[in-house]
Amino acid sequence: MPVFIINRLFQALGVILVMSVLVFVGLYLIGDPTSMLVSPEATEIERQALRKALGLDQSIWVQYLTFLENAVQGDFGRSFLTGQPALQLIIERMPATVELVIVAMTFSVLVGVPLGILAGLRPKAPSSKAIMTGSILGFSLPNFWIGLMLIMLFAVYLGVLPASARGETVSVGPVALSILTVDGWQHLALPALTLGLAKAALMIRVTRAATREVLPMDYIKFARAKGLRPSRILNVHLLKNILIPIITVAGLEFGQAIAFAVVTESVFSWPGMGKLLIDSIITLDRPVVVAYLIMMVFFLVILNLVVDILYMAIDPSAREKVRD
Amino acid sequence: MSTPTTVLPTTTVEETPFRRFVVQFRENKLAMAGLILMILLAIPAFAAPWIAPQNPYDIGALDILDSQMPPGSVAEVSGITYWLGTDSQARDVLSAVLYGMRTSLLVAFLSVTVSLLIGSTVGLCAAYFGGWLDALLMRIVDIQLSFPAILVALVMLSVLGQGLDKVIIALIIVQWAYFARTVRGTALVERNREYILAARCLSLGWRRIIARHLLPNCLPPLIVIATIDLANAIALEATLSFLGVGVPVTQPSLGMLIANGFEFMLSGQYWISFFPGIALALSIVGINLVGDHLRDILNPRNAL
Repeated sequence: MPVFIINRLFQALGVILVMSVLVFVGLYLIGDPTSMLVSPEATEIERQALRKALGLDQSIWVQYLTFLENAVQGDFGRSFLTGQPALQLIIERMPATVELVIVAMTFSVLVGVPLGILAGLRPKAPSSKAIMTGSILGFSLPNFWIGLMLIMLFAVYLGVLPASARGETVSVGPVALSILTVDGWQHLALPALTLGLAKAALMIRVTRAATREVLPMDYIKFARAKGLRPSRILNVHLLKNILIPIITVAGLEFGQAIAFAVVTESVFSWPGMGKLLIDSIITLDRPVVVAYLIMMVFFLVILNLVVDILYMAIDPSAREKVRD
Repeated sequence: MSTPTTVLPTTTVEETPFRRFVVQFRENKLAMAGLILMILLAIPAFAAPWIAPQNPYDIGALDILDSQMPPGSVAEVSGITYWLGTDSQARDVLSAVLYGMRTSLLVAFLSVTVSLLIGSTVGLCAAYFGGWLDALLMRIVDIQLSFPAILVALVMLSVLGQGLDKVIIALIIVQWAYFARTVRGTALVERNREYILAARCLSLGWRRIIARHLLPNCLPPLIVIATIDLANAIALEATLSFLGVGVPVTQPSLGMLIANGFEFMLSGQYWISFFPGIALALSIVGINLVGDHLRDILNPRNAL
């Protein structure tokens, strides 16, 4: 087990390094940021001075090494637009995104798992077929489309929920949370539902598949033969054994949801880091884009690692495989 | 002639895998509805320049007085009826949807075809040769698949810039890995079958074995993935265009039309966004219904 973790840590480090080169070199090729920053009347000398100040006059590899050296110390440069440190900008926006994603993922598990079990227990029932068809819609329709329809229904037609922004927040230490106020929940409802519906559709499919796999097992048959109450079989024997794929998928989907929050946040003008990424891509604010991507790569790689370790911890048969 | 002739029953046709497939496919009404929906949407989309009431990108044909008219309004000057209303630049929404769908389908179809070619080549080679080539290729695939498609596409487009060709390239880069992984999985099983051994014993070249023996037997799952991926490509392209990093303004796809109408939706002019949205949803749902049923038929586990 420790060997496995150390091995995976090195792999993770390698992936982060490779991705940082790809991201940095890739983004280096996008347009000249100085043209966005100086007024059109600026002279060539002024432009040169700005380039020098931003370190853009150096060769790309020198720039990369400087970037890497600073990045390790948590310095991703300053935003070309606001002059604030890029990392600070992202961290400021992070609580909004994480809050949105946690609410959405909780929703998806609370809705998806029961529906998935239901569909798995009675695969031929019309209700199960309806759930499965609904789940196809849930994860094949684009996220922004679902958001748009929800805005049309709840914000424009019914007029019961706000369509954008974050609403009132309460500061808990350094983080502002909207789940503590009614106004915050009202603003959170639509974006979280948008993000959560797609994930719920996926949880339904995963849970159903797991249920179908576990049901014919001997221990379920034995529990039935013993005359245990169906509710106990469901809650103990079934639920415990379908938990492994559910936890794995929910963990990996957490990362996907943070990435997909980019879309949801843009639709609802939710002031999270996804909205920041889109705005920065459009304004060519290179340091912020690079910092966001490196952070995401870091986060996703760590998340994958954690899910793998968790998987090992809860599934003894996977441990066996690694040992062999 | 007096010799008795045996009359062959002409009603039974020889059962081929394809015929069996057609019969199985037609059994599911939902999938048939999806297929009909796909055809009903694709034909007018590709015929858009000939059947659309208006060329929405010909500035001369637009009459700015007709802007933001609700569905069913009649134009003052030209007399054409705007069945789905007009947008802020007086474009007929129906025509814009037809042209937009054409762009969306074109981008999706081209990107899926190319990623299918690249992905299946990589997957087949990885499975057939195995060893370090397999390990290397699959490691690349794994790493790529561990990153969310939307992020990879966003990065690609922020590097490449805007343009129809660039969106297609970005979608190919996102999608090829799915094909590679699926094909490899199937090909690994097929590789050890007798017919491949027989082909090897005949000392046929590896190109021939892969293309003529291995590939045809890996087709069923490939068809399923390609169908569902077509819907994913449409959805991803729409998302990118909605975010403003996709197709250029001169060739709007459904996603961009929806984004253009978004600001008007809040003031009750729903039709500018809503109808492109419906067209987008119908095409994605139609393809998915077909794909979901194809998966049921073509999955070898179900056939047994």
